[in-house]
Amino acid sequence: MKLIAAMSGGVDSAVAAARAVEAGHEVIGVHLALSSNPQKYRSGARGCCTIEDSHDARRAADVIGIPFYIWDMAEEFHDGVVENFLSEYADGRTPNPCLRCNEKIKFAAVLDRARGLGFDGVSTGHYAQMQETPLGRVMHRAVDPGKDQSYVLAVLNTEQLAGAHFPLGDTVKDQVRIEAKRRGLYVANKPDSHDICFVPSGDNAGWLRDRLGSEVGSIVDEDGKKLGEHKGAYTYTIGQRRGLGITIPAAGGEPRYVLKIEPKTNTVVVGSHEALAVSKIVGDQPIWCGPEPKINIEHRGIAQVRAHGSPLACTYLQSGTEIKVELDEPLFGLAAGQGLVIYDGDRVVGSATVARTE
Amino acid sequence: MTIYLDHAATAPINEAAIDALNTQVRKLGNASSIHNPGRAVRKDVEDARHKLSELVGANPSEIIFTGSGTEANNLAIKGFFWQAPDRNVIVTSAFEHHAILDPLEWLVEHEAAEEIRIPITKAGVIDLDFLRNIVATRGSEIAVISVMHSNNELGSIQPIAEVVKITGNIPVHTDAVQSFGKVEFDFAKLGVTAATISAHKVGGPLGIAALILRRGLDLTPILHGGGQEREIRSGTLNAPSIVAFTAAAEYAIANQEFNFAKIRELRDYFISGLKSCVPDVTINSISDPALPGIVNATFSGTESDALLLLLDTEGISASAGSACSAGVPRPSHVLVALGLSESDADASLRISIGTTNTKAEIDQVLAVMPSVVERARNAFVVSGLN
Repeated sequence: MKLIAAMSGGVDSAVAAARAVEAGHEVIGVHLALSSNPQKYRSGARGCCTIEDSHDARRAADVIGIPFYIWDMAEEFHDGVVENFLSEYADGRTPNPCLRCNEKIKFAAVLDRARGLGFDGVSTGHYAQMQETPLGRVMHRAVDPGKDQSYVLAVLNTEQLAGAHFPLGDTVKDQVRIEAKRRGLYVANKPDSHDICFVPSGDNAGWLRDRLGSEVGSIVDEDGKKLGEHKGAYTYTIGQRRGLGITIPAAGGEPRYVLKIEPKTNTVVVGSHEALAVSKIVGDQPIWCGPEPKINIEHRGIAQVRAHGSPLACTYLQSGTEIKVELDEPLFGLAAGQGLVIYDGDRVVGSATVARTE
Repeated sequence: MTIYLDHAATAPINEAAIDALNTQVRKLGNASSIHNPGRAVRKDVEDARHKLSELVGANPSEIIFTGSGTEANNLAIKGFFWQAPDRNVIVTSAFEHHAILDPLEWLVEHEAAEEIRIPITKAGVIDLDFLRNIVATRGSEIAVISVMHSNNELGSIQPIAEVVKITGNIPVHTDAVQSFGKVEFDFAKLGVTAATISAHKVGGPLGIAALILRRGLDLTPILHGGGQEREIRSGTLNAPSIVAFTAAAEYAIANQEFNFAKIRELRDYFISGLKSCVPDVTINSISDPALPGIVNATFSGTESDALLLLLDTEGISASAGSACSAGVPRPSHVLVALGLSESDADASLRISIGTTNTKAEIDQVLAVMPSVVERARNAFVVSGLN
């Protein structure tokens, strides 16, 4: 096959590209420039948008012996991921930009361009496993539970899945580093990227305040009684306990948690831990990452709502436009906008965006 | 097999230069030392300087060797600016190389310089009326005027002799990196104050170039040290590269007429072939007066990086615009200055033909062009966000 290997400059995508070559594919390395001005992220960045990262990717491609190009995806990334991230927060929701990047950039803009140029697919260093079945290709969790990235890949539909290649899903991260060293890839010891790549400082709240303003609003209890003030409702997360700055103690002395964020009134609602309990989740914009489950019938499965969140046993039902999940045990703290991913054992069934909870 | 069509980026080193380099690199001695080996190397350097000065129509003392064309251009722009503290305007053209535009922008940002860029006409040459007007109204404020001798993306030769006539006593610098060794270039005849030439564009080694600066003039240096080159440029003289530069230039100029005719014939053959196999192509490059081997073409509805990737996979090396330091392709400022939209500028390729190319190679390129353009168009249509 002819593959585009997306190379971030990190160890995973470098080893993935080397494995794709070794598997006999015709591979071309591509680094995605996701910022229109990479220099501004020159120092202190922890993501994958720096000038050094693009040099690391080029060097890895040279060592592997494949052609290498830079693709400018800054505009697509800004419109599809960064703007979405901002507008979701402005609406009081908690988005996951890595999901959007996989959905809109890596396995959409990049895959489409690759196909247009005559390539068959895109290989990345993501940790997930593909399996070919009589019903088509399906995706499973990676062998390494600590690195499993099937959650952020559950936004791929079957057509995107058909063009996706994850050569690392069967290997644990430590082995990938050893292999990188053996292959002479000097990124072998490069630290893993963390946080959000376009928030180089790692200060998510500060980054949001710079762009959405820091208008003072009220912190209230469930009855609407004002307990304190905040500087921008969107800098809070559902379930957050620390940093609320409330001086009036609760009647029973128990800690308070963020229950709700109301962007229109710029209000943060706090309350008890029990009030965070969620048993029913409704997700919209479902995407089926393989065969679509039968409509309007209850299925047993496992739900996951965070990239490294616990698997939650559940019963779910899909209506075509929504997935309704009933958890066996309640979950504490879930925000609209988070990704809801359904598994069948280790197999990814599909995903949706959390719309509301009960 | 590679079909190399990027001679304007760098040209293959010629045998004369390789021989000169090989011989000189074995010789011990710093050209600034007073002992016998030092004097021997100094003689080689000065012989080379003398010969090179004859080839460019200058005096030997007018050749200031530098480490690159970029350095020579920086020296000219910053040197003339700092030399004239009562003049803060620098005039250049809108389609200069980044090695002129970037030092100029740096001076604007850090040294309160004012820049004026001469617009480009549809014929790919600077607007002389604009220049006349600027000189008439702002002449006493201008520290230097820098206009390239020929444009690296369009091939068009600029009316430098006219520029000199218009500007009178104002220093004129010309970046002749693309012209030297390919078309007639004579420093004295042109009457410019300074000019840049570079070895690797004429079959010499990388890392050696020269600023030709009229005798008796001083420039504020940008490198300070031993003062080797007229106290204007410091750094141990790179004797092997200097000797090889001259050898390459001698070879190029001895064959200049023959190569010019041969390359131009290949260029015209390529353009007419391209027009028949990709009928909606637009040719941006200028046919005459121009460098012999530059073809610049727009393939609307494509992106240049896709075209380059596909050509590269076919073994064909071409280029487009320029890339930022991270390697991100940018629409060519030259084509934008010529009046192209950003999307058309971004859909353009530069093919630069050189002495080693053959008709058979051009035929091979033409054979794959329709499919390359078609695939690049497919990729353009389907990619992007909906």
